[in-house]
This record gives sequence, structure tokens and C-alpha cells, in this order.
Amino acid sequence: MNNDTIIQLSVWQVLFGYVFVVFILWILNRRGIKREKTLILATLRMTVQLVVMGLLLTAIFDNPSPFVTFGVVLLMVGFSVLTVFRKFKDDLTPSLKKVIMLSLPTGGLIALFYFVFIVVQIEPYYNPQYLIPMTGMIIGNSMTGLTLGIHTLLNKFTDQKDEVIESLVLGATPKEASHDIINQAFDSAIMPTLNNMLGMGIIFLPGMMTGQILSGVVPTTAIMYQIGVMLGILGGVSLSTYIFLIFGYKTFFNQDSQLIDG
Amino acid sequence: MFRLKEVKYKDILNIDDLTIKQGKITCIVGESGAGKSTLLKLLNKMISPDEGEIVYKDKKLKDYDAVALRKSVIYLSQKPYIYKKTIKDNLMKAASFHRLNVTDETMEKMLKQVKLTQSLGHDASKLSGGEAQRLALARVMLLKGEVYIMDEPSSALDDETEDLVISMVVDFVKKNQLSLVMITHSKAVAKKYGDILIEIAKGEVKGVESLE
Repeated sequence: MNNDTIIQLSVWQVLFGYVFVVFILWILNRRGIKREKTLILATLRMTVQLVVMGLLLTAIFDNPSPFVTFGVVLLMVGFSVLTVFRKFKDDLTPSLKKVIMLSLPTGGLIALFYFVFIVVQIEPYYNPQYLIPMTGMIIGNSMTGLTLGIHTLLNKFTDQKDEVIESLVLGATPKEASHDIINQAFDSAIMPTLNNMLGMGIIFLPGMMTGQILSGVVPTTAIMYQIGVMLGILGGVSLSTYIFLIFGYKTFFNQDSQLIDG
Repeated sequence: MFRLKEVKYKDILNIDDLTIKQGKITCIVGESGAGKSTLLKLLNKMISPDEGEIVYKDKKLKDYDAVALRKSVIYLSQKPYIYKKTIKDNLMKAASFHRLNVTDETMEKMLKQVKLTQSLGHDASKLSGGEAQRLALARVMLLKGEVYIMDEPSSALDDETEDLVISMVVDFVKKNQLSLVMITHSKAVAKKYGDILIEIAKGEVKGVESLE
């Protein structure tokens, strides 16, 4: 980072940013929209969480250690799995949960490690300044993509139940009977990432690149990182969703190739 | 060919002992809700019994691989699902599950047999109820099954077409020396085409009658 070129923000300067919150509070109050509590809670949580994270990252960056860095990486992966579980609550069967516990860490970490160790070639291998933010981006996006894939898979197995049963009746294996559903689920998982890539650089400047440019990194370097990280995200989303789907569809069938009523 | 012994499925079916013979046309009659469809689904393992044993060709049904069994024991449900694609796609899909290569000519011949006049490229989702049922019939007759189990294959057809379609199915089965187990709502149809009549009421076999 090039601290010379950054305009350092003081606490007072940041406080000026909260003017927007006051303004929205005024609108909510005036129009009788009952969202004041959520707005205040969201603002407080964002502030506290980021301050804590900032202090934590500073401590981790000042004392780099492989145990701490990979501990944080694993913690982030664990939280991403829990977030997926929470989102679907009772819709996930225990066997589908196991598949998620396998696919998200495997797909996300393969993409992450490929990106940091083979593409960027970070040194030392546990450099937290690279590993932690990259984990956030790759695992976070993998989780979002996977969530869409799970959502589609669950919905389609309900909506297209008759079609799946007919295929089984006609002698299809569960894999053949689920073929279209698996494709639709994969497509829905990667579409947002693809749309993101289509608009990137024209409609919006991605957050990481903007951050790097603000920190004084020359745009060409920032772009190289952005391209790399986007490909890493695409890899993470695709891999974790693919692993999830090739094992996940099986949980909808029993050993007699019958669709399990859910 | 099939032997069912003390088979129970939920509160729907309770069969002490039933034999379904090979090479015969077996008709099943009974009130709606009597358990006829459940019986057929048990035969190709779309469902499994809670208790009892089903034997197919001297081997317990539970020891068969379900997918392989369904390629031999072909089931046509009362309201078969028609894929929202063309007629050709519907036929090809079923054939692909059985690893069969079918030509356009074979498919056209099959459509003719079931009295469907639409072309192969016709959108199958636009077919009427009766036409869809005949397409489903053509779809299963393309497959090389040994036993055909059909749940009222003519329920959506008028009397005239019904007679035509059933006689065509029966011809197909006899010509290829296959077995047919068919649910029908009409005893007259059963008596005209069947070799054996099984009557089911309240989930139990009430009678087995030879019609030969």
C-alpha cells in the first residue's frame, strides 16, 4: 500500500458520512415507514463489525502467523456454510447439508488456493494481507452462487416432480432424470457472476479495483488483480456449485431409484 | 412371472397371494381407490412394499436393480407426463434411457399405429388429452420391454378410439410375445381382450378369473 497518496480519514470526517443516516431517518419518520429500528441497527452493526474487523486485521497483519491466517480462513469458510444453512432453515435434509459442508469448502478453497498460490504466488504462503481479503471475496461469492444453485435445485425438484417421476418410469437413472434440473441449477448459480463480468469496467468499477486505486495502486495493476480475482470467483462459484450438484441430486432419491417424498 | 406374497403397502393394499402369469393379458378391474394403480407401481418398483415379498422371474424384486427392472417391466401411468418439447423429443428421450437408436421412420410408423396424425416436429404440449395419451403409448411401445403394465391406457379416449387403441396394444403384445397387465374401468374391455381378470376391492384381491 502506498500511504503517501491516501487521504487519511479522521473520525470526524467519517462522522460527516452519518449525515445520510440522519437524512433517511427523517424520511422514514416523516412518511411513517417503520424501518427506523432496522436502519439504526444496521448502521450500528456495520460500524462496530468493521471497527472490530479493522482492529483484528491490524493485529493479524502486524504479527503474521500461518496458524492465525489459516484459522481465520477456516473460520470464514465455516461461517459461510452456517449462513447457507440458516438461509434454508428446514428445507435442507441432513444428507443435503452434508453435501453443502463438502462442496462449499472444497470448491471455494480450491479456487482460493489456486488463485493465491499459483496465480498471485504470495509470499510468505500465509501472508494475511492477501489471503484474508481474497478468502472473503472468493468464498463470499461462492456462497452466494451456491445459494442460488441450492434454491433452484430445491424448487425444480418440487415444480418438475412429475417430469422426474415420468423419466424414472421410462427407465431413466436418477442422474438422467435430474439432468435438466442440474443444468438449470448450475446456470442459475453462475449467471450473476457472468452478468457481473459482462458489465465490469463499463457499468461499474468493481469494489476491489476501486479500493486499490484509492490506495494509490496504478490502475493497470489494479485491473490485473481484478481480472484474476474475478476468474477466481468464477472458479469458486462453478466448482462449489458443480460439486454440490453432482452429489446433491442423489439425496433426492432412495436406493431403489425412487424420488423421496419431501 | 410375478408372485406377490403377503404384500402390504400403507393402508392401500393388502395382498395375501397373487400370481400374474407370463405371456398373458391380465386385466385388473375395481372401484377407484381400490389399490389398482398401487399394485402396478409395486411391480416396477416405483414404490416398494412395507411388508411381504414380490418375486419376478424367480428372483425377489428387492434384489433387482430398479432402473434395470423398469427397462424390462414398462409402466404406463394413467396420466403420463409429456415433456414440453416436440413429439420426436418425447420419443427420443424414452429411447435414450433404454440406449436405443430409433429412426424417424420407426417413430413415424409408431405414431401411425396409435392414430396420431401430427408430425414429429409438432409441439407435444399442444396435444389434447387423448392425443397425449396416445403419444405416451407410442413412447412406451418403442421400448423393448418384456412386460407392459398399463394404468387405464384409454381413459382419455372416446369409446371408438379406446377400442382401436386397446386392440392395437393387444396386437403389439401378442405379436412380440410379451406380457400385459392392464387396469381397465370396463369389464367389457377386459372380457373382450383379456386372458385373466383380477378383481380388486378395498386393497384386496376379490377374485381371479380365467377368461380364455
